[in-house]
Amino acid sequence: MGKRVLVIEDEPNISEAVSFFLSRDGWNVFTHSKGNDALETVAHRAPDVLILDVMLPGRSGMEILRDLRADSRWQKLPVIMLTARGHSRDRAEAEAAGASKFMTKPFSNAEILEAVRALAPQ
Amino acid sequence: MNTFNLLVVVCLAYALLLFAVAALTEQAARRGKLRWARSPLIYTLSLSIYCTAWTFYGAVGYAARSGLEFMTIYVGPTLVIIGWWWLLRKLVRIGRMQRITSIADLISARFGKSNGLAIGVTILAVVGTTPYIALQLQSVTLSFDAFALSQERSGFGASAFWVAFGLAFFTIIFGTRNLDVNERHHGVIIAIAIEAVVKLIALLAVGGFVVWGLSDGVDDILARIDSSPIAHWDVRPGRWSALIFLSAAAFLCLPRMFQVLVVENSDERHLRTASWAFPGYLILISLFVLPIAVVGLDRLPAESNPDLFVLTLPLAAGQDGLAILAFLGGFSSATSMVVVASLALATMVSNHIVMPIYLRMISGSGASVSGDVRDVVLFARRFSVAAVVMLGYLYYSLSGGGTALAAIGLVSFVGIAQVLPVLIGGLFWRAATRIGALAGLSLGFVIWGYSFFLPSFGPDVVFSSQVLLEGPFGIQALRPQALFGITGLDPLVHAVVWSISLNTLAFVVGSLMTFPTPIERLQGAQFVNVFDHSAGPRAWTAASAQSEDLMIMAQRILGPKQALSLFHNEVREQTGRPGRPGDLPVPTPEFVGKLERELSGSVGAATAHAMVSQIVGGSSISVQELMAVADETAQIIEYSDRLAMQSRELEKTAAELRTANSKLTKLSVQKDAFLSQISHELRTPMTSIRAFAEILRDGGDLEPHDTARYASIIHDESIRLTRLLDDLLDLTVLENGQVNLNIRRGMLNEALEQAVITAASGEDGHRIKVRRDANSEAVELSTDFDRLAQVFINLISNARKYCDARVPELTVAVQAEEDTVTLDFYDNGTGIAPEARDLIFEKFARMNTQRAGGAGLGLSICRQIMMRLGGDIRFIASDSGAHFRVRLPKDGQTA
Repeated sequence: MGKRVLVIEDEPNISEAVSFFLSRDGWNVFTHSKGNDALETVAHRAPDVLILDVMLPGRSGMEILRDLRADSRWQKLPVIMLTARGHSRDRAEAEAAGASKFMTKPFSNAEILEAVRALAPQ
Repeated sequence: MNTFNLLVVVCLAYALLLFAVAALTEQAARRGKLRWARSPLIYTLSLSIYCTAWTFYGAVGYAARSGLEFMTIYVGPTLVIIGWWWLLRKLVRIGRMQRITSIADLISARFGKSNGLAIGVTILAVVGTTPYIALQLQSVTLSFDAFALSQERSGFGASAFWVAFGLAFFTIIFGTRNLDVNERHHGVIIAIAIEAVVKLIALLAVGGFVVWGLSDGVDDILARIDSSPIAHWDVRPGRWSALIFLSAAAFLCLPRMFQVLVVENSDERHLRTASWAFPGYLILISLFVLPIAVVGLDRLPAESNPDLFVLTLPLAAGQDGLAILAFLGGFSSATSMVVVASLALATMVSNHIVMPIYLRMISGSGASVSGDVRDVVLFARRFSVAAVVMLGYLYYSLSGGGTALAAIGLVSFVGIAQVLPVLIGGLFWRAATRIGALAGLSLGFVIWGYSFFLPSFGPDVVFSSQVLLEGPFGIQALRPQALFGITGLDPLVHAVVWSISLNTLAFVVGSLMTFPTPIERLQGAQFVNVFDHSAGPRAWTAASAQSEDLMIMAQRILGPKQALSLFHNEVREQTGRPGRPGDLPVPTPEFVGKLERELSGSVGAATAHAMVSQIVGGSSISVQELMAVADETAQIIEYSDRLAMQSRELEKTAAELRTANSKLTKLSVQKDAFLSQISHELRTPMTSIRAFAEILRDGGDLEPHDTARYASIIHDESIRLTRLLDDLLDLTVLENGQVNLNIRRGMLNEALEQAVITAASGEDGHRIKVRRDANSEAVELSTDFDRLAQVFINLISNARKYCDARVPELTVAVQAEEDTVTLDFYDNGTGIAPEARDLIFEKFARMNTQRAGGAGLGLSICRQIMMRLGGDIRFIASDSGAHFRVRLPKDGQTA
């Protein structure tokens, strides 16, 4: 059984695309589209890698990340942040909040794949 | 030719000599060759008019009657000029600063230029001086008679009239020849100086004759004095103090003394010489008084008048030449006094009484004051001189000439001493007021008149002897010579004590109870602090000192650099070569004028004039000048008010700018947010497109239906991108006002119909039922129907996307009014959350990011369109579904 990747992303097309190419690479992919119950979903799915969009309905990705890092269970969880806003201060904020990787949309699929592979615990 | 005729001839020749000297001096003065006439010596000699016929003849009589008491008359002035030189200096300085013309003018100027006060002092001076002038006429007459008697000729009673006439003539010729701003009369002063020398020589000659001719030298005369009855050193402290005080007061206050001391003074520093030379003169002139008196009492018959010993002793000894010299001395004493006194009084009378009345009369008659005022003033002066001398003559005729000379002199002294408290107070006490001065002067004058002047005519002339003894109406307390029941005092001491003390009391109390007017305050400060307000003593040749003062002032006002260059340029112009540092230009009238113009640029014309003239003219600042200064100050205040207003306006502008700036900052933040939103809206579909495009490109084991699906996602997202770009462009065009509207007439229901067809059912199969009312929709409009339909489509598709009712339903209600049409769009969903309502018209204010097919610009575009169409779109708050109200004019002129 492959490692688990959770994708929290409100754009269904993007989730679908990411799910597709990660699944094909052998990852066990779960998706979620809302911000407000993201923490529960993380607890429920217990992913090895988390892909987290910044702009989510209900709750922003930044807040979710901070909450995760405040929880001892998820302090080590690799988190890849995605954003469609091109602000450099978003990158700084994400890194300060504890993101493992920060990527700007549109990304290349290979890039994500590589990041997931690199970050997933051996 | 007998002695009497010789006397008349010598007398006339002497008079002619004086006329000639005066005339020559005046001529020299006009040609500006007067340095010698302005020497300290001349000034000191002119002061000797203090020594009148009273001193010349009367002192001997006084000594014969009362012993050493006569000395008090000399002690007073000596004390003043030695001990009170600072007071004299202050008087002289003020006199020059304020262009004082008389003691009345001084008092008036000090108390706010009050003419009432001036009139009071003038009357006091005239009344006080009249007996004195009478005294001089009497002495001349008596001395003529002494000659006549010795020649056994008939009495020469009419001589007093001719003497008076001659003196008035002389005074009019040389005292009122023309008007001098400084009221200085050089011819008169020189004539008086000569007379001063003549009377001193005459008295010394008679004294020498008495001591070495009639006696056997100094030892003999001292022995005679010791054995004579007047050598009882009859010192009465009360009377002596009163006399010393009186003579000191007279020296300061007598109109003629004020004239020579202050008005005729041309240089403050002359006082320094006078302070030792004048006491010296007094000592010389009093040196032989006692010997003459003693020898006269010894040698002459008991009934002979001791007042004439100076004359009768040489006559009795057959020394006619010496007698004529003595006569000339007496004549000099009398005439110099009358001339200066009548001159001083005439100035006062014409300036303070005649001219004000004349000016009031002509202004009352409507005539304008023209150049002939000068003539009027001159005439007034001449008339006043004649009147004053004639008044003296009348007093002499009426009083019968019987009273002793010294007694008459004392009456005058006490009268004029009434000015002293006000004078001293005015010079040293800033709080002194006009009312106080008036009260003091009036009370003093009344008490003097009642207790001393009127009784001096003798019993039964003005007061009956009964009134003198028992008081008016038998009231003992009001007895003229024993006021308030105080008896046993010498009449002189009595009068001095009561009049001066009550005068002073009234002055002080009156001043404390009243407030000085502004101009009184101003003048008070000018007088009391005269040395702070004026430059030090300045000689006529001290041009460089003036330049220095001008330089200091210019530096203070123009700034050191500019002032220095101004003065340097002037030096270059005057000398034709560049000045060395420290060189100062000669203050020529041209330069002073130039400087004044420069200064007026900085401080205003009036102030500049006042400042310059204070230095150059040595004059005071007149009221008019002060008013002008005040005017300028007011203008400056007004100007600074305007500046303050301007600065307030600037502050307002700055505040507005700050507001605008913060608005701009906010706008900038909004712009950033907008760009960030656009970035997000563009990148999101692009991400999907890129991701699926890469999947398709990479190929691999793709199911055919996946391939088709991914291609269609790429397609849909491309369309979404395109629509987003279209909306953005549309909004930009609308916001910039660059949109071209296509206004035409049409029916509202057509636009609605088109919108419903387009928007009521989406591509995703979502539908919304739209309720309409055909009747109310039949409204004819003139507007851009395509844009209007765009608004309707937006509202309908929003309702379709967001209405969360089980069976979504949108109602469109139309209400047509006269000029406008109102359309209400409301659905049956749960509506918009209250916290989101404010934002719905903002760009990208999508309620949630769940795919709604729009970019969040719809309502922003609607609002822009409605603004362009001259209407508006609003969200209507309600508890039920979302409710939008669109209003637009029927006759749509574009906004």
